[in-house]
Amino acid sequence: MTPQSTFMIVATVAEGQLDSLRALLEEMNSEPGVVDPHNALFPFARFERLHVARFFILEQLIDDVNTDLPGSPPRLVFLGDCDGPADNFIAEMAVLAGPQLRRIFEHCDDFIDERESLVNWLQSHNIKPSANYINWLGRTVVQVREEEALHRALSGHLKLVVAQIGRDDTRAIRHQLLSFVKRQLDSGLLTLTPSAPTPVCWWVKNMLHKFGVPLILLALLPVFLLMAPYFIFRLRTLESSDPESVERPPREHIQRLTPIEDHDVTNPFSAYGEVKPQLFRRYTVRFFLWLLDYAARHVYNRGHLTRVQTIHFARWVLLDDNKRLLFASNYDGSLESYMDDFINKVAWGLNLVFSNGAGYPSTRWLIKDGAEQEQKFKHFLRRRQLPTQVWYKAYPGKTAFDLDRNSRIREGVDVRQDNDEEIRQWLALIQV
Amino acid sequence: MSKDNNPEYHDIQALARFGHGSLKEARFLLLEIINVDMAREWLYAAPVSSAETRKPVPETALQVAFTIEGLRALQVDDEVIDGFSEEFISGMASDANRSRRLGDVAHNAVANWTWGGDPETTPHLLLMLYAKTGQMDDWNKIVEDHIFDQAFDIIIELDTLDNNNIEPFGFADGISQPAIDWEREQSTDLHRRDRFSNLLSLGELLLGYPNEYGQYTQRPLINPEADERAAQLPEAEDNQQLRDLGRNGSYLVMRQLAQDVPAFWQFMDQEAEGDSKLREQLAGSMVGRKRDGSPLVDKAKQPIEGIKTEGKSAELNQFNFDNDPHGQQCPIGSHIRRSNPRTGDFPPGVTGLLTRLIRILGFGRKHAGDDLIASTRFHRILRRGRSYGRQMSVEQALKPDAPRMTGGLHFICLVSSISRQFEFVQNAWAIGSKFGGIQNESDPILGNREPLTSGDSTNHFSQPDARGPAQCTHDMPPFVTVQGGAYFFMPGIRALRYLVGGSKTQDETES
Repeated sequence: MTPQSTFMIVATVAEGQLDSLRALLEEMNSEPGVVDPHNALFPFARFERLHVARFFILEQLIDDVNTDLPGSPPRLVFLGDCDGPADNFIAEMAVLAGPQLRRIFEHCDDFIDERESLVNWLQSHNIKPSANYINWLGRTVVQVREEEALHRALSGHLKLVVAQIGRDDTRAIRHQLLSFVKRQLDSGLLTLTPSAPTPVCWWVKNMLHKFGVPLILLALLPVFLLMAPYFIFRLRTLESSDPESVERPPREHIQRLTPIEDHDVTNPFSAYGEVKPQLFRRYTVRFFLWLLDYAARHVYNRGHLTRVQTIHFARWVLLDDNKRLLFASNYDGSLESYMDDFINKVAWGLNLVFSNGAGYPSTRWLIKDGAEQEQKFKHFLRRRQLPTQVWYKAYPGKTAFDLDRNSRIREGVDVRQDNDEEIRQWLALIQV
Repeated sequence: MSKDNNPEYHDIQALARFGHGSLKEARFLLLEIINVDMAREWLYAAPVSSAETRKPVPETALQVAFTIEGLRALQVDDEVIDGFSEEFISGMASDANRSRRLGDVAHNAVANWTWGGDPETTPHLLLMLYAKTGQMDDWNKIVEDHIFDQAFDIIIELDTLDNNNIEPFGFADGISQPAIDWEREQSTDLHRRDRFSNLLSLGELLLGYPNEYGQYTQRPLINPEADERAAQLPEAEDNQQLRDLGRNGSYLVMRQLAQDVPAFWQFMDQEAEGDSKLREQLAGSMVGRKRDGSPLVDKAKQPIEGIKTEGKSAELNQFNFDNDPHGQQCPIGSHIRRSNPRTGDFPPGVTGLLTRLIRILGFGRKHAGDDLIASTRFHRILRRGRSYGRQMSVEQALKPDAPRMTGGLHFICLVSSISRQFEFVQNAWAIGSKFGGIQNESDPILGNREPLTSGDSTNHFSQPDARGPAQCTHDMPPFVTVQGGAYFFMPGIRALRYLVGGSKTQDETES
């Protein structure tokens, strides 16, 4: 199994460079909101290990919460999710698209001249997320593409088989399909690359994390219990006094966002805001992101994050000494249905993390209310959303559920089911 | 907060409560205001029907609703206008991004609309006339008096057809509607409504009342100290210092959907290779009901709240899709399942605290695709549309020279949130190419058949089959074309008087 990893290059945009940088980034799009995967500026499609990636400007567009935090100049963010270690991937990008990346990042402060190493510069500007979610751990881009090709081939052939022998004899249908796949594999028309061995180093680290974190939590339990009364008191006091900032976002803000939405079946979401000013909030958000990261790493890595099955990748990144938070995700459907999932399926989870964000709709006991206040929550999110100027996904037209179905189809090729009902269910997955 | 739960029927336009089913004739006038003073005078005195029950049942009815352009033409303050929802202010057709989300592209493109697509054909208001059979022309004459003539230009007059609740493709229509909790007896607690219920909070239909989230949808609230005329408006329940312009009003979404009846039946016939039984079966599968309206799934084991348990409506409506999770009886992509998937807040099987907790944490899914569809109660619409044009039998439609696009539906629905109700249903459910986990299809009836940006086609319809491979229909042409549309606000009666009341002195002389 090849685990995915993430990178996020962040650099401050040099003064006076913002407009030309925006214009340059736009060159990657064939129309606003639709990237050209083969564009000359950054040819995403050349990177076979890249799932999703985006370029956008990190800046506070609506300045409405008075937290006395000094403003921060606009920053360029280039983030993505790839198969295998991010370090290797960054090096690969520097080799395959060095001049292009230089052209982009030369709009930023303290960029290097031509003799200096781009890899080092990129590495030194790479920021790790505080929490990271991967829909399906170890499903590589190559696997996604091979399984999609398999499904397409099976889909075409199933039509022929049904036309010839009808739909009653499931075993005969399956037999014909599997022999067809074998012929295609033998002739090289299809490939199904077996999963690579899991890197030992990653595996060891992962196991240590998996068992280490609960042990640490257990060891700290007495401290938590001792601190609980203070925590609750402080939380309830803040909950009753924290200001909300949930007015309807200004129209010009909406008009920045909507033109680049809903082109593919999947959308990018980038949101950025301040953490509430109290130290208490900064520690609380760190703590819950740490827990979230643990849950995403070890529990929610098989197709769903709690009840939500439509997120491909998501990350939460604390910036500026835990004073600001960036949330970036890739979700299926329109924003209205994404927010619907947030509110109706996982409001409690959002509250745990985002209620520490300045302006969030007021919560009770950390998990109640908050996102359940539908309209306020939707306004809150929209106000903090940033336009994702350039966004790439290696498999347009495919939802996380589509990828999952393709994997289940592949499983039925790798391992033959015995039971008739299972064979029928497998056949039902294939589009005819 | 003092709360009198008696419905204020006298202040609600009748259409919110009644479909005017006994008034078989209906005519919709899309009007432009050409003289504001005259328009105000006419509208102030207009006999707009309220939702009170009357014996005998009135022989005519009149309802009125305004677009944002209409409110501006009536010189409503910008501040007041800003209190309406973003979708209403922006309008159905003026934003290409909204059009993309609603599927109003290609042959549905706004540029081709006969009304609502450009400033010249965008109405200021919608006047809805209803009358007993044979009385429409007389009623129309009374409505269009000499003040009317000076006040308005008629942009387009939309006639309708008394079709006995059979829509143009030949299917029984208007069967399923949410029941409204007028007395506000039902809890809106987010944690008490696991199963699908057909009983909907008043705030999902009317502004000014708690919605399914137990909250008040944003609407214009006016400070009566700054605007004395606002004193005639009801108090806002959630802020007694302010007066509620939205209370007892709804947003009204109207779309003219032309139906290509010959294309529909000829396609079914071609797929069925002339077999009339198969033809009916396929068409019924796409709609999700047989032509007489009977559902394709069995009656629900436990009675569904908000639906009668006996008689015809029980037969036609006491069902959900809990026992047909894969769509083998009623395809997941069928029209009625997309528009009303009858899901609860949790998938079936949540019986106690433990099962609920397991589900909340995202575990216990019973099959792939379980828990993909949103909870239905946040996305209901109250339909009030009427068919128009020529009625055509299947036999007539099958003739090669049958005239195309001669009829359709003036789709009308009432909601309190256009984005969460109408637009969500249209975007995520009706035309969603991945609805409920299906593969690249859109609504078999409403879909525009446009490919995804990835190039994948969506002109398919699949019927899952218990035997294994699904039955799939390909290369479906569009059967429905959007030819017009707009978002309106249908005010409560007092709000209507406020909106058209003009200056303060005028009010005083009137009262």
